[in-house]
Amino acid sequence: MSTHTKMADERKAPDGGTETGAAKGRRRSPTRVNPALYLFPLPAVAIIAFFLVMPTLQAFQYAITDWNGFSAAFNYVGLDNFVRAFTKDSLFTNALTNNLKFVLLVVIAQTAFSLVLALLLTKNSRGSILLRALFFFPTILSSVSVAFIWKFIYDPNFGLANAVLGGVGLEALQGSYLGNNAQALSWVAVTQVWFHAGQMMVVYIAGLQAIPRELYEAAEMDGAGKWQQFKSITWPFVAPATSIVVAYTTVQSFKAFDLILGIAGNPPKQSLDILSTRIYSTFANSEFGYAAAQSIIFMAMIALVTWLQRRLLRLTPKGE
Amino acid sequence: MLASLSRRAILGIYAVIIIVPLTVVGFGSFKSTQELFAGPFSLPQSLSPANYAEVIGGQDLGSSFTNSVIVTAISVPLTLFLASLAGYAISRLKGFMGWAIFGFLVLGMAIPAQANMVPLYVLFGRLGLLDSLAGLVLANVVSTLPIAVFILGGFMRTLPKELYEASSIDGTGPWRTYVSIALPLSAPSVAAAAIFLFVIHWNELLYPLLFIQSPGNRTLPLALLSFQGEFQTNYPLLFAGVILASLPVVVAYVFLQRYFVAGITAGASKG
Repeated sequence: MSTHTKMADERKAPDGGTETGAAKGRRRSPTRVNPALYLFPLPAVAIIAFFLVMPTLQAFQYAITDWNGFSAAFNYVGLDNFVRAFTKDSLFTNALTNNLKFVLLVVIAQTAFSLVLALLLTKNSRGSILLRALFFFPTILSSVSVAFIWKFIYDPNFGLANAVLGGVGLEALQGSYLGNNAQALSWVAVTQVWFHAGQMMVVYIAGLQAIPRELYEAAEMDGAGKWQQFKSITWPFVAPATSIVVAYTTVQSFKAFDLILGIAGNPPKQSLDILSTRIYSTFANSEFGYAAAQSIIFMAMIALVTWLQRRLLRLTPKGE
Repeated sequence: MLASLSRRAILGIYAVIIIVPLTVVGFGSFKSTQELFAGPFSLPQSLSPANYAEVIGGQDLGSSFTNSVIVTAISVPLTLFLASLAGYAISRLKGFMGWAIFGFLVLGMAIPAQANMVPLYVLFGRLGLLDSLAGLVLANVVSTLPIAVFILGGFMRTLPKELYEASSIDGTGPWRTYVSIALPLSAPSVAAAAIFLFVIHWNELLYPLLFIQSPGNRTLPLALLSFQGEFQTNYPLLFAGVILASLPVVVAYVFLQRYFVAGITAGASKG
């Protein structure tokens, strides 16, 4: 092997006469690739192919059948499952609407709130570092734990929220939270933001700390107010962070499955049913073909919403 | 002045919103239901571990704790090993092959677990992996391998390839180079990915919910979830469960807090 390499190097040497040629020659990989290297990614590739790619392709096949998961016989029913989901199944359309509402609520609230927290904690003072650690903390808990904590906060009879409101004489504001069908989803959105805002705050802090201080000094000398500085320096500079936060939050809130099951029980009531919990219920009901169709709609929804956000926000990194 | 006042107000209120519920859960785990409802903020009258005893003894939480430890202790290193092998190869196989392998592995990040849970369930059924810890390990590995490859592969690509060239001139084979050069130099990203995976695998709920049938094979989040059904409003018991389920991650967080932030945001900003 070593002689091989040396020969390859020597062969490259003559055409590397000029400086640019030398650099180019080096980039064209002087060492011959050892074929054994192809063995290294093999286990990962095999696992992904067999347990991720293949099942996903199979989902498309199941989606056009009426298979119940157990019987050997099933029929191909074309796009019936998709038609059924959108036109005949109010439970599904309800879950879809809930899910889109939930994503919208969480994305707006979490992006804004995590940016506010980040702006307030950019400086690396002792207090800031301590608070960052505290605000980040909920992220490491399991969704089921977070769901239980908030189930207690929202409990209409014994809950923390009503206890606090009662304690400060604001009985009028006490509510039944999750018991109120019109509000339930918003309260779960609050929980989701509590769960993950700290994580997104850290992404924003990294973005904010990369902004050169001189820009603000210059803006101040030009007499720009705080809001103007935010609008023309901070916001454009954190655009890449915003697109990460928005995209990640979208996927995260589409997958709020664990949180919903923990806070609302299994299966959740209609006002809290989202796509992932609906797919699970359909699956648990042994409608495998229909569940597969729903999961393909689910995947398409995530892709569509993510794509739409990119289009609408046009968040491209500064200078690109 | 006003600005600094409102800054303090926002931060202070949010700190309270995080600390108070956690404190109430901590205190509550030692209380009786009546005691909790009488005064959620008060200190517990005694530090009697009765709730913990009931949770561990009566509800299979003991065995589910062991199951969670086993599943996580295998899933995390296995994912890291497979991902680092792939990442290493990708960093050395420049050109089309490296790109194609990377693309293939990383594409999986776009597939949400719910999208292929039906076929995966069927496949696991055929392979006899349902209701087994081995099945959970495999599901964990599959679901996090793409992002682990993304983090590790991304990092390994930035390692100067002169190091590889030097070692191959010295006659070192790819395996030795992987073990003694690529892996040690990637320690920071391996550590970040390890923490990221630890949190995900420890807290994983969907796969146990799908695949596990017998109570003896439950992992902690699943055992916790089944609590909720059985003890609707026995919050002290739920709280004891929450504390037990969170303990390992919380203890690790207290000591390795900075690395947690780096690890989980590596997942966030690259996911």
